[in-house]
Amino acid sequence: MGNDVLESFKGAYEAEVSLTGKEILQQLVKNAEIACEEKVPMCQDTGYAVIFVELGQDVRIEGGDFYEAINEGVRKGYTEGYLRKSIVSHPLERKNTGDNTPAVIHTKIVPGDSLRIIIAPKGGGSENMSAIKMLRPADGIEGVKNFVIDTVKKAGPNPCPPIVVGVGIGGTFEKAAQLAKESLLRELGEKSKYPDIAKLEEDLFEEINKLGIGPQGLGGRTTALAVHVEIYAAHIASLPVAVNLNCHAARHKEVIF
Amino acid sequence: MTQIKLTTPLSDDVVEKLRIGQRVSISGTIYTGRDAAHKRLVELIEQGKELPFDPKGQIIYYVGPTPAKPGKVIGSAGPTTSYRMDPYAPKLYEVGLKATIGKGRRSSEVINTMKEYKGVYLTAVGGAAALIARSIKEAKVIAYPDLGPEAVHELVVEDFPVIVVNDTLGGDLYDEGIKIYAAK
Repeated sequence: MGNDVLESFKGAYEAEVSLTGKEILQQLVKNAEIACEEKVPMCQDTGYAVIFVELGQDVRIEGGDFYEAINEGVRKGYTEGYLRKSIVSHPLERKNTGDNTPAVIHTKIVPGDSLRIIIAPKGGGSENMSAIKMLRPADGIEGVKNFVIDTVKKAGPNPCPPIVVGVGIGGTFEKAAQLAKESLLRELGEKSKYPDIAKLEEDLFEEINKLGIGPQGLGGRTTALAVHVEIYAAHIASLPVAVNLNCHAARHKEVIF
Repeated sequence: MTQIKLTTPLSDDVVEKLRIGQRVSISGTIYTGRDAAHKRLVELIEQGKELPFDPKGQIIYYVGPTPAKPGKVIGSAGPTTSYRMDPYAPKLYEVGLKATIGKGRRSSEVINTMKEYKGVYLTAVGGAAALIARSIKEAKVIAYPDLGPEAVHELVVEDFPVIVVNDTLGGDLYDEGIKIYAAK
């Protein structure tokens, strides 16, 4: 977990009005300290290994199988790091693969000669509370706000609030979902570069924290630690909106070669 | 806030006195179970077969821990989301289970079963898995090792901290919390 999350726990602790909420935020800080000290996972759900690859177009990878190399890294990391193996090979037969593979890998070709790999392990509890909806263009910004707030409200205590709310607007069905996931990679509270979208992030943050869900859903004002929105061009007929919730264990690390 | 100390197994008497919002600290033996194990446990109940542990007066903790590092009893062990066990939970309360520990809302069917069979639902802090692991003193797999992290463990806990979310009167702490803190 990054310092941005730890700092936001401390800020939320100061601002929280519910005593139970304060008590929980305090426990989350203590938990992070123990996890750091003992080098153990802060949460037992060490996630689905979601990997974002940005491959410079001047890079040449020789021999072997790049995706298999990533899976080998996941296998090694989850086994040698005493992380939980949370993946079943077939969604209906549900037999554990035993090494947390395969990873979900998203690849982008970008200009340049470097290779950037981001790992963002994603817990199942918050992933399960995520949602997507194809709105009508006429639904506009109000429609978007209503859907995001409704998704957070329905999720209630389930995704381990305080949460990070990732929103993708535009593109196609799958593009919106991917934007929502990518928005979770931002440092907590980093604003959109578009002023109108930054305003939307602020408005949603305020509205979500008025819901009263609070830490662990036991009541309070700290429901979201941040709201991040990413946008993309849309079809004249469509206004896709995806909401990807992340629990407070908002983890991601990157390496650049 | 004052804490009520409980030792397993739990009697109806003790469970009926619990009220939503109370802090409880549990000591004694408890059992773990999540999605895949619940499916098997309920199949056994339906076939009239014995469970891998006697559920009478017991507690099931919805958790799939991380592997224990050398020299440790268990890895990180926080609660998982409980609604996934809702299709199975009533059958377990019916055969004598007294409490479940998890996080998140329960279905009205589970809440009604808890009223009828004198059971409670408790929550531990989701994501505080390293902290919670400190109250687990012993752990061993007693059934379904093939399920990996989903195997049924017998845990010996000491002052395991939880909060009462649903009591035998049908109360729901999640509803109460929102009522107090939602902006009017």
